[in-house]
Amino acid sequence: MANSSVASYNSAGNIAPYFVPEPSQWPVRVAVSLLFMTAGAATWVNSGQAGPFLLACGLLSLVLVLFGWFGNVIREGQNSLHNAQVDRSFRLGMAWFIFTEVMFFGAMFAALFYMREISVPDLAHGLSAQLWQGYSGGWPASGPGLHSTVQPMSARGVPALNTALLLLSGLTITMAHQAMPRGNFRLLIFGLAATVALGLVFLLMQATEYRHAISELHLTLSQGAYGATFFLLTGFHGVHVAVGVTMVSVILVRSLLGQLTPQHHFALDAISWYWHFVGVVWLLLYIVVYCL
Amino acid sequence: MANTVGIASGQTGEHGKKGLLYWISSTNHKEIGTLYLGFSVSMFFVGGIMALLIRAELFQPGLQFLRPELFNQFTTLHGLIMVFGAVMPAFVGFANWQLPLMLGAPDMAFPRLNNMSFWLLPPAAILLVGSFFVPGGASAAGWTFYPPLSVQMGPGMDMTIFAVHLLGISSIVGALNIITTIANMRAPGMTMMKMPMFAWTWLVTAYLLLIVMPVLAGAMTMLLFDRHFGTHFFNAVGGGDPVLFQHIFWFFGHPEVYILILPAFGIVSSIIPTFARKPLFGYRSMVFATIAIGGLSIFVWGHHMFTVGFPAAVQLFYMYATMLVAVPTGVKVFNWIATMWKGSMTFEAPMLFSVGFLLVFVLGGVTGVILSVAAVDIQLQDTYYVVAHFHYTMVAGSLFALFAGTYYWLPKWTGYMYEEKLAQWHFWLSMIFFNMTFFVMHFLGLAGMPRRIPDYPLQFANFNMIASIGAFGFGITQLLFVYVVVKCIRGGAKAPAKVWEGATGLEWTVPSPAPHHTFTTPPHFE
Repeated sequence: MANSSVASYNSAGNIAPYFVPEPSQWPVRVAVSLLFMTAGAATWVNSGQAGPFLLACGLLSLVLVLFGWFGNVIREGQNSLHNAQVDRSFRLGMAWFIFTEVMFFGAMFAALFYMREISVPDLAHGLSAQLWQGYSGGWPASGPGLHSTVQPMSARGVPALNTALLLLSGLTITMAHQAMPRGNFRLLIFGLAATVALGLVFLLMQATEYRHAISELHLTLSQGAYGATFFLLTGFHGVHVAVGVTMVSVILVRSLLGQLTPQHHFALDAISWYWHFVGVVWLLLYIVVYCL
Repeated sequence: MANTVGIASGQTGEHGKKGLLYWISSTNHKEIGTLYLGFSVSMFFVGGIMALLIRAELFQPGLQFLRPELFNQFTTLHGLIMVFGAVMPAFVGFANWQLPLMLGAPDMAFPRLNNMSFWLLPPAAILLVGSFFVPGGASAAGWTFYPPLSVQMGPGMDMTIFAVHLLGISSIVGALNIITTIANMRAPGMTMMKMPMFAWTWLVTAYLLLIVMPVLAGAMTMLLFDRHFGTHFFNAVGGGDPVLFQHIFWFFGHPEVYILILPAFGIVSSIIPTFARKPLFGYRSMVFATIAIGGLSIFVWGHHMFTVGFPAAVQLFYMYATMLVAVPTGVKVFNWIATMWKGSMTFEAPMLFSVGFLLVFVLGGVTGVILSVAAVDIQLQDTYYVVAHFHYTMVAGSLFALFAGTYYWLPKWTGYMYEEKLAQWHFWLSMIFFNMTFFVMHFLGLAGMPRRIPDYPLQFANFNMIASIGAFGFGITQLLFVYVVVKCIRGGAKAPAKVWEGATGLEWTVPSPAPHHTFTTPPHFE
């Protein structure tokens, strides 16, 4: 197995200062998969018959392609092609990728802030109040044209428990992360498995919370400002948890197969950053969406 | 494999056959750069044909060729295709070709992701152009997708939304690649403050992309939800506000226009010192001005929205912040002129385009300062004055710099000299026809002609006729550009390693054309 100070070798057997991957068809396959997915989604939202089929084909193909592409990269790592420079590149790439995710959630939080602090109060005051008589604004708000009242989601119960679960999962993945350099294999496996389990329970709880919201509180996407921002923010967060659980599971399997070593485990570092990012977003969500 | 010593893995160098399979699977920054540039030129002509259709309709008052709906589809898609399909990919193409050469690297940091960034563009183009052929036609809501219009459009709007998502993924991945390449792949000894200006401008551009493209994705997602899943983000009925969309869009949109111009600054900063035969004046101040422009661009988006009913204090904030952008930009213009001051200048095509850039870009910049005055902007909002303003920055700014850079580096890329006389014809014809097209639009705008309207009253007829003739002249002139470039690729006088007498930088130390993976071992840099 590789050690940290490994050099790369080119095909002539000389030590190579750089690693450049050989030509690969994975990227163009991703592009084709995404074309199918986007064309399928555009068809579906317009009630086209072929839409779901195209979308499913694209998604399936994307999963297979990513499986193959990542597999390719993993094999390169096992063949000691990832020198220290490549490792630094991976770290930079992952860190700034997480930054773009922060900006994406930033747009969602900004929409919540704007609706709650600016557009909803505006609609209830001044000139708008003459247009929408009887609309009082306030939060949680539906909308002046919807004539319905909205019950807020409780901050206690499921969301509080979910907050605890995610905080705990931050702890378990840190355990795994810390165990790795020390070569504590059992703690590594335990930490990863516990993180996957906590993430799955989180998603299950969120599903029950959604069911409660929709069937008992009659809160939906179309229930105006509160419903739309609630489901969009928690929904996109949930998608990120699902992606994170998938990634941690892959790391768990790879750890069980002995593919990660105390010296060479960028994948574990990357997923633990990502998991902490998901946790921090939830904490913000819990405070802004549920508590305030 | 002597030419690949130093590169790990089985890169086969230039021996492989160059079929379709070769091009779609390439991990070579030069080939991917070529793909980007080729795609950009094709999209430039697709968007250009739409522009000419628009100008044909506006040649005379009355409705001649296009139904108003189709006219609006063309203005929308012209903008989207030129911004996302022509100018942005062209700059990424330049980054691909030049950054590894300039930084002394074998390739980009993530060659496969680089390939993916490119190959996401054709699917986006398929969705955009294909949207003309679905019921209701393409999006006609303008390239800014303002609701409520964009919520009411047909399936073409959904295809546009998904196309923008694909373009966004491509831009984000490309920006991650460029940041990592600049941060991690520089030759030993090349500190940040010794980097070529082109690398600096692209670094700032890449950070802007990381900041704003996810926000655009957010806006597009909310738009999609408003269209199909019953949300009311941009609808007062449900407590939302169309102005919310404008805020989110212009948080992306304003940095976006700096994304389109900063790499152009980098290209011009490379060319002017070469042909003035003097080092760039005030390198450090250039770097800080670039960072300042990038930083300021994030806080000025409200100047696109002076008419939505801001409180006066908010208007004043955006007005002064916008004016502040003129300061670092002025530093740059001053430095370019000071670079030329007492230089032994020659005017080959790259220099002609760079000096032309300076002249017309400053004009576009100055009209920008005029438009930043809230009181003036309220009068000029959505008139041809704005159209003139941003075409002076986009066409005469970004596009002229792209032409300059193409002529400057083409001999390095192909190994052959382009035909100088024809290139100079290209410059002069472009310069004359560009001003013929867009200068008169200032007067049209001041007189009150609104943009995105297929018809106009009689008093605007003369200037519109001049603009339309200019536009067709400009369009036909660009065929000359294609001719010069294709001719240069096919052969010509052999280009030496150092193509231009006054050129400095690592890219001029390697043979022309540059070897497949140029720096297989770290070059010596002082």
